[in-house]
Amino acid sequence: MARDQLSRVFAALADPTRRDLVARLSLGDATVGELAAPYRLTPQAISKHLKVLEEAGLVTRRRDAQRRPVHLEAEVLDQMTAWIERYRAQAEERFRRLDALLDRMAAEEDEQHQQREDQS
Amino acid sequence: MSTNRTEIVADERVPTIKIIREFDAPRERVFRAWTDPELYAQWVGPRSVTTKVTKWTARTGGEWAFTNLVDGQEVASFFGSFHEVRAPERLVWTFTWEGAPDGVSLETMTFEELPGGRTRVTGLSVVESFETREQILASGMEVGVVEGYEKLDELLARSA
Repeated sequence: MARDQLSRVFAALADPTRRDLVARLSLGDATVGELAAPYRLTPQAISKHLKVLEEAGLVTRRRDAQRRPVHLEAEVLDQMTAWIERYRAQAEERFRRLDALLDRMAAEEDEQHQQREDQS
Repeated sequence: MSTNRTEIVADERVPTIKIIREFDAPRERVFRAWTDPELYAQWVGPRSVTTKVTKWTARTGGEWAFTNLVDGQEVASFFGSFHEVRAPERLVWTFTWEGAPDGVSLETMTFEELPGGRTRVTGLSVVESFETREQILASGMEVGVVEGYEKLDELLARSA
């Protein structure tokens, strides 16, 4: 996934209605009418949201005559998760080095404490 | 081996990155590892680089700068201001990568005392746009991949 697509995916998911639509579509394909039913939104408004999701590559429309059900491209979401996971892994590695440093600092403090006790 | 896990939160509504991590060490020690330049340089850079701190006055209104070196060659430099240093609980600084000199993030680190002499650190970075935030998140990919290969090399060397 290119960086600009990642931006589009984030932007598409910035809206609570669109997040809801993605959650609904994770259960299975649905038509615009079915997606609009639980909301006080017109099918036209839902279609606008779907267009944003479609441009981000998150959903596709099946060429199924009039019904044209909306399909969630789950792997785009998975890729985004993978991307953040790599960033997380990088931070994790940094913090493991900090863990090791904190252990060394503790050992040094113990040593200094011991030396002070020996002197007194 | 620590079992503490780093958590990343990329908010969908505001261009921020939150990093949360706990440490098996008291707050004063963790704060010192974050604000003493010699200690900070020992852990902050990716494993493949050496961090050379060039400016560091860890007090409110102070400044900092460091350079990442690979085999003595500069690969990246960063600078910023210490907006607030409130030992041992709060550290706020600005952060700029010289490769994108117009970009600046505001980073707030909160050091929270936990029972048993442990500490939770929450870092919140605010950047100027979602696009910048996504670029920062995506930058993890390159380093992650490179270091992943290094680990694979080590594994292959051991099993040879």
